[in-house]
Amino acid sequence: MSAENAAAGTAAHLQHHFVDSEQQQESAKLGMWIFLLTEILLFGGLFCFYAIYRAWNPEMFYDAHTHLDITLGAINTVVLITSSVTMALAIRSMQLDQKRATLLNLFATLALASVFLVIKYFEYAHKFELGQLPGKYYTFEGIAGSNPHVFFSVYFMMTGLHGIHVLIGMGVIGWIAYRTSKGHFSGKYYTPIEMTGLYWHLVDLIWIFLFPLLYLIS
Amino acid sequence: MTQPKRAIHILPLQTYLGIGSALLILTVVTVWVATIDLGPINLLVAMIIAAAKASLVALFFMHLKYDNKLYAVILLGALLFLAAFVVFTMFDTMDRGIIDGVRAGPINDQAVIYEQSTSGPTLPPAESVRSDTVLHREISPSE
Amino acid sequence: MSDITHDSYLSSPKGIKSWLLTVDHKRIGIMYFVAIMFFFALAGLLAVILRTELLSPDRVLMDADTYNQFFTLHGAIMIFLFIIPSIPAALGNFVLPLMIGAKDVAFPRLNLASWYIYVAGALIAVFSILQGGVDTGWTFYTPYSTGTNTAVISMTTGVFILGFSSIFTGLNFIVTIHKLRAPGMTWFKMPLMVWGLYATAVIQVLATPVLGITVALLIVERLMGIGIFDPAMGGDPVLYQHFFWFYSHPAVYIMILPGMGIISELIATFSHRRIFGYKAIAYSSLGIALMSFLVWGHHMFTSGQSELAAMLFSFITFFVGIPSGIKIFNWLTTMYKGQISFKTPMLYAISFLVLFTVGGLTGIFLGALSVDIHLHDTYFVVAHFHYVMMGGTVMALLGGIHYWWPKMFGRMYSELWARVACAFVFVGFNMTFFTQFVMGSQGMPRRYYQYGEQFARMHGFSSIGAYVLGFGFLIMFVYLIASLFKGRRVGANPWGSLTMEWETASPPIAHNFDTDKVLEHGPYDYDRIEVTPEDEKGKVTA
Repeated sequence: MSAENAAAGTAAHLQHHFVDSEQQQESAKLGMWIFLLTEILLFGGLFCFYAIYRAWNPEMFYDAHTHLDITLGAINTVVLITSSVTMALAIRSMQLDQKRATLLNLFATLALASVFLVIKYFEYAHKFELGQLPGKYYTFEGIAGSNPHVFFSVYFMMTGLHGIHVLIGMGVIGWIAYRTSKGHFSGKYYTPIEMTGLYWHLVDLIWIFLFPLLYLIS
Repeated sequence: MTQPKRAIHILPLQTYLGIGSALLILTVVTVWVATIDLGPINLLVAMIIAAAKASLVALFFMHLKYDNKLYAVILLGALLFLAAFVVFTMFDTMDRGIIDGVRAGPINDQAVIYEQSTSGPTLPPAESVRSDTVLHREISPSE
Repeated sequence: MSDITHDSYLSSPKGIKSWLLTVDHKRIGIMYFVAIMFFFALAGLLAVILRTELLSPDRVLMDADTYNQFFTLHGAIMIFLFIIPSIPAALGNFVLPLMIGAKDVAFPRLNLASWYIYVAGALIAVFSILQGGVDTGWTFYTPYSTGTNTAVISMTTGVFILGFSSIFTGLNFIVTIHKLRAPGMTWFKMPLMVWGLYATAVIQVLATPVLGITVALLIVERLMGIGIFDPAMGGDPVLYQHFFWFYSHPAVYIMILPGMGIISELIATFSHRRIFGYKAIAYSSLGIALMSFLVWGHHMFTSGQSELAAMLFSFITFFVGIPSGIKIFNWLTTMYKGQISFKTPMLYAISFLVLFTVGGLTGIFLGALSVDIHLHDTYFVVAHFHYVMMGGTVMALLGGIHYWWPKMFGRMYSELWARVACAFVFVGFNMTFFTQFVMGSQGMPRRYYQYGEQFARMHGFSSIGAYVLGFGFLIMFVYLIASLFKGRRVGANPWGSLTMEWETASPPIAHNFDTDKVLEHGPYDYDRIEVTPEDEKGKVTA
């Protein structure tokens, strides 16, 4: 969505088919929310899978989840929530026309996102080592119950799709930071940052549900 | 479409930091609750906490509280349709066989019916086989 | 296409590059139109070949495997490359901003991107032919689709990418309709076509992501064997059907709702009468859109889903008939005592009413649980969905093309040949598919390469119908192309219609309107405002 407003500056960013900046900004925001809706339904398919397979195999899900590292999961939750705060602060700084603070907050968000992915990488690497992998690659033998690989199929699909979204988000934040440094935004025009923020918060929202569903099965 | 200009809504710094702390506290709570065995209530509690966290993020970080209510409708609409998807699918997956009582069993590969329909190259010429009763005869590649 | 007196969107700027990089919704609409019609012709050709094969119970042209690939391609191309984008992306793109008095859609660059994504997805899907084709049917049911050695991955990747194109179009339309209406055009002063497109867009953004995740899972399952659809590994193949139909059932309303929008326009214009039950038609579009999400299980009555689910889905399915019925009755009431002029678009609209009613009612048969056990996977189903898709959507599309053709190109086609073609299409269509109702009810299964002798005569008749139908399209192609060069020039409002797109020149200027539009009268105020078609001489007088 933010690409729509790629033109620079307050005066130049208005496209010919809009009456004024406000109409343009509201359109972008509405479009972004509809995009978030499609994202929710995209992840929704996986949540549906999760619900059905957990309802079918409650014990197996419990046994399998004990092989996830709650500490790492909790740290990642904290990291992602903090990155959401810094993202929100980046927007606030831009509203106040503080370019430097905006950049700092954007970089903090990027750094936290990298920490998230690094921790995820260690979790994945550990599971690859043990053979706790989806489907036919599953070789681990420490879990009783039938078809424990289903849990790891669901785990890898959900966290994998989420991870891809984190990566995309980092790309967009990097691009936004670049444009901020070039002075493309101001307190009057900061729609792309706002749109990126909405996307980033959604990525956070999804993790808020993934964490208890995958790591905290009781 | 031509309402008066809406002033940009800037939240105070404390709000963001306060919400952030609340989210972190709720994270600790949800990990702690998971260690207590409440039976099936555990899932419910975990989901309520997650929903509370999600609402905080949506209302304050995503500005739903201050923005056009249409955006909230879109978000809730997405959740509503997702719920319909999950619930209606589970009407199937959780209730198979409760009315009819017939359950899936292994396929009986000794069943007589297979002898007739697995044709392959040994089958007699097409003209002699085709009749009104044999409709699903397989076609051998040589034909 | 030259000698246009004003600077139309067609002529300025010039050059192929100005088309490929355009952000003008009208040009993008035309580009979509060309691409979509190409795939329609391709899949139509496949259909004619399939019908030729079915002329006789024996081999005519191809072996059984090729036959499987051909019907899969026919279905997949028709559904994903033609009928889903047809009305919204081609005609909708062209007329939506004009109808609401906007200069463009909300996100013009996203609009262009969606066209390129469409082309990329289409090429990848068609690439599967070179890889040896696909033989799963257009539904890609597991477990067969995870096991077969054909090019399922390339086809489903194409479908995945096409989904983005559809989402972007839907997203664009929703924002456009919310934010860019001309001052004075309240929700209930929008033309009903816009309501149809709005309801369609809502389905597109809600359902398409689920198709995305479904085919993504299918691809992952094929590539890595994660076992979620494989019963031997604790998975469940029926889940695939749930996921698939959660998209694909609403998708049939993506196909029909904009068609219903076109029919509303045609019937009001050519009956020269205020549309009856405006709000009922508008709300029924939304009603269909929302209810369409709760009936997908009626595709799965014989798949082994639970009896409880089957009963619920069957029950709710009956309710979807209600809003469609409301529309049909409102259209008929609009025509009652109207001054009907039987121009070509109106002929298609009437064809739609007849054929869609047949298609819709047979859908009710199929939605009835016990009846479906008999009719499932027979030619009855094939006939039913061709009556709704072709008899419904394609008739509406053809009506829409003939209605907006003078607006798009500023030229009129030959009315005589258009009527001849319409007659061929109508007769050929009924010959082809009514026969299939009969065959299906007698137990002829769909997708079969060979069949019993007792169906030979009906299959032959059906195939001849397909040739008649194809001939009708051939005539249409010739006179439409001819009209681009030799057609009579028309003014702004050849039909005497009151919606806004007729208030600008034909073809429109690049920015649609000379001035900023303000709504002056409702779209169907035929009782308040005197307007006569240009043929009968006269101009809009308030």
